[in-house]
Amino acid sequence: MSFLRKSVHLLGAVARQQHHLKSVGGAISSAARDFSSEPSNNFGNFPGAKAPFVNKLKLIHPEDYAPIPIYRVMDQDGYIADETQDPQLSRDVVEKMFRDMLLLNTMDKILYESQRQGRISFYMTNFGEEASHIGSAAALEMRDLIYGQYREAGVLVWRGFRIDQFIDQCYGNVDDLGRGKQMPVHYGSRELNFVTISSPLSTQMPQAVGAAYAMKLKPDNDACVVCYFGEGASSEGDAHAAFNFAATLGCPVILFCRNNGFAISTPSHEQYKGDGIAGRGPMGYGIATIRVDGTDVFAVYNAMKEAREYVLRENKPVVFEALAYRVGHHSTSDDSTAYRPAEEIEVWNNEEHPISKLKKYMVHKGWFDEADETAFIKDIRKQVLKQIAVSEKKLKPNWREMFEGVYAEMPEHLLDQQKQLEKHIEAHKDKYPLKNFQQ
Amino acid sequence: MKAAQKAIRWFTNMSLNIRPIALTRSHFTYYPSVLGTGVKMNMFNAINNALDLALSVDKSALLFGEDVGFGGVFRCSVNLREKYGKERVFNSPLCEQGIAGFAIGVANTGATAIAEIQFADYIFPSFDQIVNEAAKYRYRSGGLFDCGSLTFRVPCGAVGHGALYHSQSPEAYFAHTPGLRVVVPRGPIKAKGLLLACIRDPNPCIVFEPKTLYRAAVEEVPTKYYTSELGKADILRKGKDVTLIGWGTQVHVLLEVAELAKRYFNIDCEVIDLVSILPWDTNAICTSAKKTGRVIIAHEAPLTQGFGSELASYIQEKCFLNLEAPVMRVTGWDTPFPHVFEPFYLPDKHRCLSAITEIFNY
Repeated sequence: MSFLRKSVHLLGAVARQQHHLKSVGGAISSAARDFSSEPSNNFGNFPGAKAPFVNKLKLIHPEDYAPIPIYRVMDQDGYIADETQDPQLSRDVVEKMFRDMLLLNTMDKILYESQRQGRISFYMTNFGEEASHIGSAAALEMRDLIYGQYREAGVLVWRGFRIDQFIDQCYGNVDDLGRGKQMPVHYGSRELNFVTISSPLSTQMPQAVGAAYAMKLKPDNDACVVCYFGEGASSEGDAHAAFNFAATLGCPVILFCRNNGFAISTPSHEQYKGDGIAGRGPMGYGIATIRVDGTDVFAVYNAMKEAREYVLRENKPVVFEALAYRVGHHSTSDDSTAYRPAEEIEVWNNEEHPISKLKKYMVHKGWFDEADETAFIKDIRKQVLKQIAVSEKKLKPNWREMFEGVYAEMPEHLLDQQKQLEKHIEAHKDKYPLKNFQQ
Repeated sequence: MKAAQKAIRWFTNMSLNIRPIALTRSHFTYYPSVLGTGVKMNMFNAINNALDLALSVDKSALLFGEDVGFGGVFRCSVNLREKYGKERVFNSPLCEQGIAGFAIGVANTGATAIAEIQFADYIFPSFDQIVNEAAKYRYRSGGLFDCGSLTFRVPCGAVGHGALYHSQSPEAYFAHTPGLRVVVPRGPIKAKGLLLACIRDPNPCIVFEPKTLYRAAVEEVPTKYYTSELGKADILRKGKDVTLIGWGTQVHVLLEVAELAKRYFNIDCEVIDLVSILPWDTNAICTSAKKTGRVIIAHEAPLTQGFGSELASYIQEKCFLNLEAPVMRVTGWDTPFPHVFEPFYLPDKHRCLSAITEIFNY
């Protein structure tokens, strides 16, 4: 970043030994310099880009490029347009996809309501994006490491995160894997290879790239990293860092953008002017790119399968853009009808909804049973409601855990502060909600 | 190993041949630590040696940052790419937030990440990754995930004419962040020991390396693997009248000040190198403060909210009955770090010495 980085000898400490620095430079083998290039008549011989010369001035316009097309397997009536693209998934797999989407959808509805009733402090639903979670998760292996943003609970559902684990996290009770330290929906699971969610947007993106690099260097590596993020988060500097590092350092990472049209109230046309997020991949960063219909679970599945094979074969990244629509509000702290028409939401909630599309497909296949679906939803509702009652009653972790995990071992000053609080609480027991916390 | 040793010897010999030129204006005289064993190395040689050892004992260790591949703009990583391969020692794109985020990800997998931020002045784009992410990883996940195998190396401090963006000492910004370890070496032996300790420590660490010492500081550094204890201050000079606390280059200013105080005023200074900014050695500081009853803290960073403030208030709280005078701070002024005014900006030996006379006249 320093403008002096190449002329650091200007600095006093180094200036004294300038002539030695030069001899160090001379010692570098020419093999290390991979920026030399073959001279050519038609091509510029600049290290910064390989391109032909032209003699006519022409401004390159965004319109000069066709938009990256949206890959789709199934239309909105659940029919597969091109049979060669049918993933031929077994009935078992399709039913798991469908049920996991229903589970997520049902759990979302109840937890959203429970926040409205003040039973949990916060919630974020996944309405309209179920297919991009389930379709992508289904194409991965459990050993693949996931970094998410916060609207990817379906990936956890597919991997086997249980209803009680979701709800315990939202309550921050004694069984929460995260020990009650983060807001609701900030899930994480070591067992399921799902890195704990954090609120700052896009920070997980360069992290996923670094993890992919380290995994690439392991002998016989056969696991990749998948990093989910929204189109709003793609405007952060960390997104740029991730794209560029992934490309230049050759990392087996799938950069999965959930483009759902909105970042809270900001529509995507106020987020960027280019061809979405996919448009940045090939020309911008030199990354292979796929854009899919994120309401089509099979399109997402096929594209992820392909992306996974590619990143592991080539040790290169993929930019993956799944287009969908955020059917729900941004969060429980948001009323989205303040910035978009209810009719628009309706369209995406019905004919364009990922669950209804998959349902239609199953109907054609003769795999769908209305009674079965009703019973399943009823059962999930029952489980979720029961779990809420159970999770709500569970104690919170011992308040002393507030001081744990700051460092690997508790340093003296924190031990000291813990003791101070202990003493204070002992003297003012009645002022604190101690009965809700494990002793 | 051989190549690196050769390089070290070459650099060592090289630096021995250097004659200080008239232009050099240094606000400190270097006080070497003496162990009586080892090979003469300047601080960048010692750091290079530490990195060499870290990469050789830990096959998962990666070393990266801007211009690290060819040896680094301060030569700290010289020859390491040749020795360990471009997969393990490599250049990153020019993007500090990317370097920090990438390093966290490497550490998430359990591999060791040694990341360089070219100048401490440019660490701020990675502030979010370090403060919101690295420092909180273990805590927020309930221990499911961490990035403890991560270390940042960051050249810092005054260098003569680095002006605003090649002179900063940002340790206090990070000292306000639970979850980080922050250390500052005062010379080659310490730099190697602290760096190796940080690389092995299961917490994210920042090593701020005073860049003016890279070549100016020469000591006999043990060539084998060793670590310096983290969180522990070093008492460099025993004294009974006043405690002088500093870190990094400032330690050498204070050692000279102690000599001058003895010679001119017959005042016995106890000089302490704090070494670890976070967590810091409260015991060593309070023991000394209670003994002498007078404390002066000196650092290059600006006064207001500098780490001296934390020390002063802690000492005041814990040693109130033992203090003969208010704790004094001699620091950089509350201005950006200036170019031509550097000699007037730094808390040099003259300002520190007048603080001593002041604290005795209180």
